[in-house]
Amino acid sequence: MSTTLDILASASLWAAVLRIATPLIFGVLGALICERAGVLNLGIEGIMTMGAMSGWLTVYWGGSLWFGLLAAALSGMAFGWLHAKLTVSLGLSQHVTGLGITLLAASLSYYLYRMWVQVGDLPPTITPFEPIRFPVLSDLPFLGEALFAQTAPTYLALAFVALTAWILARTPLGLAVRMAGENPHAVDAQGLNPLAIRTGAVMAGSALMAVGGAFLTMAAFNSFFPTMVQGRGWICIALVVFASWQPGKALIGALLFALFDAFQLRLQTAIPGAPYQLFLMAPYVLSILALVLVARRARVPEALMQPYRRGER
Amino acid sequence: MQFERRADVSVTLLVVAPLAAITVALLLCAGLIAAAGVSPITAYGEMLRGALGSRLSITETLTRAIPLIFTGLAAAVAFRARVWNIGGEGQFYIGALVTAGLGHSLFASLPAPIAISLLLAVSAICGALLLMAPVALRLRFGVDEVVVTLLMNFIVLLFVGLMVEGPLKDPMAFGWPQSVPVDPSLRLPRLVPRTRLHIGLLVALVAALTVWIVQARTVFGTEMRAAGLSPRAAAFAGIPLPRILMSVAFLSGGLAALAGSVEVLGPTGYVTTTMSPGFGYAGIVVAMLAALHPAGVVAAAIFIATVFVGADAMSRATGVPSFIADVIMSVSLLAMLTALLFTTYRIKR
Repeated sequence: MSTTLDILASASLWAAVLRIATPLIFGVLGALICERAGVLNLGIEGIMTMGAMSGWLTVYWGGSLWFGLLAAALSGMAFGWLHAKLTVSLGLSQHVTGLGITLLAASLSYYLYRMWVQVGDLPPTITPFEPIRFPVLSDLPFLGEALFAQTAPTYLALAFVALTAWILARTPLGLAVRMAGENPHAVDAQGLNPLAIRTGAVMAGSALMAVGGAFLTMAAFNSFFPTMVQGRGWICIALVVFASWQPGKALIGALLFALFDAFQLRLQTAIPGAPYQLFLMAPYVLSILALVLVARRARVPEALMQPYRRGER
Repeated sequence: MQFERRADVSVTLLVVAPLAAITVALLLCAGLIAAAGVSPITAYGEMLRGALGSRLSITETLTRAIPLIFTGLAAAVAFRARVWNIGGEGQFYIGALVTAGLGHSLFASLPAPIAISLLLAVSAICGALLLMAPVALRLRFGVDEVVVTLLMNFIVLLFVGLMVEGPLKDPMAFGWPQSVPVDPSLRLPRLVPRTRLHIGLLVALVAALTVWIVQARTVFGTEMRAAGLSPRAAAFAGIPLPRILMSVAFLSGGLAALAGSVEVLGPTGYVTTTMSPGFGYAGIVVAMLAALHPAGVVAAAIFIATVFVGADAMSRATGVPSFIADVIMSVSLLAMLTALLFTTYRIKR
């Protein structure tokens, strides 16, 4: 018990929570935007991998860190466009197409990385985002280390939560996106093109997913290696359900999840001898539990996973 | 672009679709190979030679196809009833782990044919349970089984790691994390002497034939298809949907676990956490390329095995990263999905 309290009282734990949550926040927002428009995007795992690779590679080739994030976003958008072409324009199965996008984006990332980067004994590195020091705030006891010593993308993620929530709830664009996910026929009746709205939403969401992946190679770590996304994309898909498709709740979900993850990492060192795999399993078990707990209460977008074909019901 | 449904789906189109999809995939990937500074013709030539160029390489390709036939059947059976089993990878590892755990000493005293049959059966049941759990969650709580089976793959792989570094660790493996081996008397006999090809191939073919007969000739097969085509109509017609879906889960999870079991009894003899290069996920591609048909699964599994075995050889000869195999596979999947659309719809003029 005292171990638990010791861990919870350390500022480094709370700093880790925000750091671990950042890729999840980007990912869950991306998935949420796609799903609010009616498209399940299981390409997320691969798109995050592609973002991690392309962002890292841009910096490795001499681009700035921000240019790297932009490159990651563009690569995500490209795969989002492909997913939208297949599932929105052609109306293919969103489940199987999404998996196909994941397989393609991940394997293409590995292929291009191997082709363009000489890997010796250790993978090559870049200089990642450094924590920002704020005057006064960063020097506060506890809070300074926990909240005000993060890297720029973490603050960007928090800003995107607010932006997404505002756009979805308060703007005509957000209304159009939500309508495309609830009742595309009504969108069509309004003289708007539901296919175009869905395509745009999937591209925007995929860009965010890719930026989440890029955080892994450009801030949390400084090199790229295969399978580094480690199911974070799938966890984001579960978090969207947990958050019942609300950006604010998605942030809370990602933070709770990261708290748990940061906690188990520290518990692992506090309890030597227990198999480390048990701790590593916990996040996945937790995601499944979260899904089961909220599934009945979840208010799914009405037209999620239903392709829209004009004149066909 | 507007679509209209075709009056009927012709068999010719269903055969042409995968061939067209594979051609498109190979053409697109030719660009990637050229980007690596290698002539695509040379590269594809090396792939063919590496996978089918000699007696040894052909047996190696067929050996690689065996687990893919099982995982392909697992996905095909499930997808036909719209049970989205993406957990083939986890079911594969459970099958492998159970086989190694029980086959090391517990079952070794039994006569080999009985012991092997029991090992296959118990592994299949464990894999089946692993898929029935998420399908039950879907039926009871409305939880999407795609996400659950995906997440379970990670849990199972960690569990396998825990076992092969703990209770099932082989003390003779010089510290390598690998499981104890199955008893040598329980290893499947070789089909071709001095190669790795084992009679697991025949077991896989029998499995494909069985699935075919069940789907085409039994009431359960019809009910499965009905459940996939229109759950509401099926329920209206008095088909007990939950029972059918659980039976499908049993069949699909069991088939995927057989892949792991046969892989341990056949070529490897023990379990490691890296023994599957994504057999479970590749099974999904195999099933789609086969348009979910059991006979097609056998052909598609051999194609995917050819790509993977060939890519390894080609990579050694030309330096093109062997990840090209995964790219070819995933592009084929997306192209096949598109091609399947045009077997059921046509563009309206």
